[in-house]
Amino acid sequence: MAIPFSYTLRNLLARSVTTLLTAGGMGLVVFVFATVLMLEEGLKQTLVQTGSMDNVVAIRRAAQTEVQSAIDRTQAAIIENQPEIALDRSGQLLVSKETVVLINLKKRDSLAPANVMIRGVAPVGVVGLRPQVHIVEGRAFKPGSAEIITGRSVADRFQGAALGQRLRFAGREWTVVGVFESDKSGFESEVWGDAEQLMQSFRRPVYSSMVFKLRSESDFAILKARIESDPRLSVELKPEGLYYEDQSRLLANFIKYLGLTLSVIFSLGAVIGATITMYASVASRTAEIGTLRALGFTRSNVLWAFLFEALLLGGAGGLLGLGLASFMQFFTISTMNWQSFSELAFRFILTPSIGLKSMGFALIMGAVGGFLPSLRAARMNIVTALRSA
Amino acid sequence: MKSPAIEIRQLVKSYQRGGESVPVLRHLDLDIAAGDFVALMGPSGSGKSTLLNLIAGIDKPDSGKLLVSGVDIAQLSEHALAHWRAQNVGFIFQFYNLMPVLTAFENVELPLLLTPLSASERREHVLTALQMVGLQDRMRHYPGELSGGQQQRVAIARAIITDPRIVVADEPTGDLDRSAADDILHLLTRLNKELGKTIVMVTHDPHAASFASHIQQLEKGLLVHAIPTH
Ligand SMILES: Nc1ncnc2c1ncn2[C@@H]1O[C@H](COP(=O)(O)OP(=O)(O)O)[C@@H](O)[C@H]1O
Ligand SMILES: [Mg+2]
Repeated sequence: MAIPFSYTLRNLLARSVTTLLTAGGMGLVVFVFATVLMLEEGLKQTLVQTGSMDNVVAIRRAAQTEVQSAIDRTQAAIIENQPEIALDRSGQLLVSKETVVLINLKKRDSLAPANVMIRGVAPVGVVGLRPQVHIVEGRAFKPGSAEIITGRSVADRFQGAALGQRLRFAGREWTVVGVFESDKSGFESEVWGDAEQLMQSFRRPVYSSMVFKLRSESDFAILKARIESDPRLSVELKPEGLYYEDQSRLLANFIKYLGLTLSVIFSLGAVIGATITMYASVASRTAEIGTLRALGFTRSNVLWAFLFEALLLGGAGGLLGLGLASFMQFFTISTMNWQSFSELAFRFILTPSIGLKSMGFALIMGAVGGFLPSLRAARMNIVTALRSA
Repeated sequence: MKSPAIEIRQLVKSYQRGGESVPVLRHLDLDIAAGDFVALMGPSGSGKSTLLNLIAGIDKPDSGKLLVSGVDIAQLSEHALAHWRAQNVGFIFQFYNLMPVLTAFENVELPLLLTPLSASERREHVLTALQMVGLQDRMRHYPGELSGGQQQRVAIARAIITDPRIVVADEPTGDLDRSAADDILHLLTRLNKELGKTIVMVTHDPHAASFASHIQQLEKGLLVHAIPTH
């Protein structure tokens, strides 16, 4: 580029208020854009991290989620006896027959009710199958008791869910004896207790799902084929990681498309702002443009100088928006996951790819906004431009 | 007899105004020898600036021949003309036309950015040119921090930085007081005498014109007198 960078940059700085307002407009759009992607990413990571790829989930065929699923004891016994299922060191099967129920709890600050998922697990379901789950306060529940442990985000946000407190559901009082964390995954939005105790209290004769580990991951295809074709069974097998990824898809896509639609609509405003700013910038520098052309700079030199100025505006907007958006990483939000109908807490996560996409979006806004003004600058007649002085 | 630097034959130029064609130059002939310092005089609106712009290759004639250093610039494409200007013409304007956001040094350097010179070579050239106009100590100043006369001297340094054969100046002293104007005129005389530049200067001030080697009088688009001043 023949026309120096300093010329472009200093012209932007010389009109600092206009530059700041225009870049700020684009920055807000980039903020919305980046925040939406961060939300989608946070949701995905929360749910995807929940499951692990070497655990297998069995649910009733055609049930999208554990909540809608049911596996009776006969079926459970058949599945449990498959030879591919791994044992732990003490020779115990690594199978957790689980039940999930949604209950209504009140939020601690607003007292607003929200659905929380109660998961009944086998003791092995905590230690053997979910090593990412750590009890950080208190201890594990005792099998056969009315003890429960609560996920970090439930413990923090719901009334009666903190360590030592009591929750009342299924006609009984349950004591919170521990609080667990699991790498900020979806389990932190759940309450766990002993599966058999919970089933009795909720008067549910059937399990919701089964989670187990295989001796070897390569056995998955064979086992899946056998189980899904067994006429006595009506279940479906999925790697646990995939199961949770599927759970996040609907909500993640909704957030993404709603957010991107909003971003595109807002960006029209920001682009028009950039266009107006750049037209003003071209108009106020008509004589300078004429002079540059007289000195031998070509139409395309002028075009690029102004386009570059617009790109710089967009880039500044992008950095501004990303800077703002990066603060969102300190916040956790919660929403209803429509697929499980339970409340799910997750964070905004900024990844390098989101950063690049946001900057790309900002630069495109700058380029689109700057295009027509730059074209006008490049097309000026030299003599007419010089006479405007 | 010096070789002609500029040879103009039957030059016609008109402007469109309100759908009407207004003739400005009517079949004008003019020769300017290499190394001449020509003052173009004449009443306002007589076409002085138009003629100067055509010679400098920033405007196109309707018809006629416009040979500058042997090249018929009327025939050059837009793009070729831009390169031709960068190499062959230095511009001096009435209102200096410096870039306000660039320092004196950077303003003078600007035309060199179109050449293959390295940064250190450019720096050397710029310092020499600024020294010639006596402003080396002001090279970090912005135009807004300089007087009119100083700004015009920076503009002169910019005009000669690529060592063009021809320097065009449109009312270069029109915005200056007498003493600053004289500085500029002395500088132009030096460019002409010491560096051998061919200079074409538009002015309506007889005092300014007296610095030139020839005066051409323009009236209603035609040259009426050619007066040698010396
Ligand atoms: N770009 C233009 N468009 C329309 N008319 C012009 C243009 N440039 C010059 N003219 C007209 O041409 C005539 C000569 O102008 P100019 O060459 O600037 O005169 P001078 O420099 O002698 O005062 C004037 O009548 C002027 O109004
Ligand atoms: Mg004029």
